[in-house]
Amino acid sequence: MIHTASIGQRLTLLLAGVAALLSLLSWGMVRSLAAQAAAHTQDNVLAASATTIAETLRSEQGAVRLELPYAAFAMLGAISEDRVYYRVSSGDTVLTGYDDLPAPAPGIMGQVVFDTGRYRGAPIRLASVMRVVLAGADRVVVTVTVAQTRDGVDAVISDISRLAGILSVAFFFVAVALSAIAARMSLRPLNQIAASVSRRGPGDLRPLSRAAPADLAPLLTALNRLMERLRLSLRRSEDFIAEAAHRVRTPLATVRVQAEIALRTVSDETEKERLRRIIRAVDESARSAGQLLDHATVAYRVEELARDRLNLAELAAQSAAGMEPTASMREIHLALDLTPAQVRGDAVLLDSAIRNVLDNAIKYSAEDTTVTLKVETVGSNAHLRVLDEGPGLGDGPKELLMERFQRGGNIAGVIGSGLGLTIASEVLRAHGGHIELHNNENGSGACVTLVLPLA
Amino acid sequence: MRYLLVEDNSELAEAILKRLAMDGHAIDHAATLAEAEDCLAAASYDLILLDVMLPDGDGREFLSRSRAHLETPVIVLTARAQVSDRVGALDQGADDYITKPFDFSELEARCRAVLRRRGGSARNQIALGAALFDPLAGTLQHDGTTLDLRNREIRLLEIFARHPGQILSKSQVMDHLFSYDAEVTENAIEVYVGRLRRRIAGMGVRIDTVRGLGYRMETDDK
Repeated sequence: MIHTASIGQRLTLLLAGVAALLSLLSWGMVRSLAAQAAAHTQDNVLAASATTIAETLRSEQGAVRLELPYAAFAMLGAISEDRVYYRVSSGDTVLTGYDDLPAPAPGIMGQVVFDTGRYRGAPIRLASVMRVVLAGADRVVVTVTVAQTRDGVDAVISDISRLAGILSVAFFFVAVALSAIAARMSLRPLNQIAASVSRRGPGDLRPLSRAAPADLAPLLTALNRLMERLRLSLRRSEDFIAEAAHRVRTPLATVRVQAEIALRTVSDETEKERLRRIIRAVDESARSAGQLLDHATVAYRVEELARDRLNLAELAAQSAAGMEPTASMREIHLALDLTPAQVRGDAVLLDSAIRNVLDNAIKYSAEDTTVTLKVETVGSNAHLRVLDEGPGLGDGPKELLMERFQRGGNIAGVIGSGLGLTIASEVLRAHGGHIELHNNENGSGACVTLVLPLA
Repeated sequence: MRYLLVEDNSELAEAILKRLAMDGHAIDHAATLAEAEDCLAAASYDLILLDVMLPDGDGREFLSRSRAHLETPVIVLTARAQVSDRVGALDQGADDYITKPFDFSELEARCRAVLRRRGGSARNQIALGAALFDPLAGTLQHDGTTLDLRNREIRLLEIFARHPGQILSKSQVMDHLFSYDAEVTENAIEVYVGRLRRRIAGMGVRIDTVRGLGYRMETDDK
């Protein structure tokens, strides 16, 4: 599988980028608003001051006279330590103040005009107002200009923008943390689906039915379709095997019956032996076909394992009754020692497991012996034991006997395909149990124990 | 015993018919469910052997349909060893099932088990000397007591009872007694014959050894 960056990481990164942009933007906005507000305040004071000076202008004996009001400058001093300049002029004649203070562009009479400029090496803000003063018969236009350096305003702006900067950085980090949480939370349904798929058993192909956000519906649908296809193909191969078994076994049955009839009618001993060999071969192939089919059936049924409450003792008694005629054919006595034990599971599969183990025991036992079927509870488990008086399981590793087509090393002359224990073992595993194989401690024979958790 | 075989494969049906006839059973054959209904209406049977897959329907459906008025035990013949198949058949009223291909002695053992469960039927009893032998129930009645016989004893007694006064070779006896996968020595037959002799001692019937030829069952009064 190729791993690309996780969706969670991508989402977090994207949201963090957006948060950074928003932080920067809000910082810029706060900064420019602060600058505007500070400039506006300065302008208002400058305007007020200029107007106050202009209002003190009067004419005295045909000349314009001016008394600089203290209040006009006190106002400016109140807001900062900035230097203040002024000039009162009439045309090109400077009545009072700084001669070289730059003059703003002329405006409309009585209205305050603002401007920015540099004076004595520092940026300044200027406000000027024009007023007409009647000096005798003359109308004299007087311009009052008040200017102030901008240090105070700049200080306010930088204070506010530093604060805004700190807030923006804090906002950014909080936003990143929240993005990570949000990414994780929005991915949770996906993770839950992944978990519920991986929790499933190997054969569980039921459609997923958990509730999921609408965005995940296409994924869920695709997943369910895939499982449905898989299930259909499993089912098809199961049907195929069943059909194949039917086609193979009916003619085999004919061959077997014909061979039996021939065996009854011929008298030559070599021919009889030939016929017996035919019958043995038929039995062997029929048995293999049967177990292959059983194996496929088990694989299929495990997928939709029933979880019924069952009494293992009752089930064992039924399975044993079904095997009784087979046992009696070899004069084998089936002894039952059953104590009730409640388990949960699929009766059909468990029956098949018990029969396979019993079949093995009957097959490998000598005639005129006893096979014992025991059900008991041990701790939190139910134990079903099948004990025989046969040759035992040999000395090889016993686990190998549960693998497909593996047969013990000491069973020459007995027909078998090596699938019996595999089938039983798969059934037990699907039920959360397992099979234990031992040689009997007292005397000869094997002991196969099916261990199932109690209900 | 009177059997009804419901099986659509004519080759297999012919062979089963012949094989059962060799054991002295009467047997009717129906190739379809419709024919089976006709047979059941016309005669009564001890046992029905029913195939599952038939041209005009599923044997199991026939079972669930007719189980209500049908008292004859049914053994289902199936080619699918499949567990679900079997349980389905038993649920729908079959008494047992057997998978194809089958050993006739296993079929007999299953028939015997089924008939024993159903209480047997008196018309199959065979008189042996002073005793009454019921091969289906596997019992010998003598002098007011009933003796339960084991599987091989029943089969051994059955072959002698069906051929009274005839010499049966060891090979004939062997084929009747053992399944073909077992390696059997002639010595084993002597063991079983010896056992059966002890069982029937004093019942007015005996098994003689005919040197070099085999065995023969004789009643004492002859």
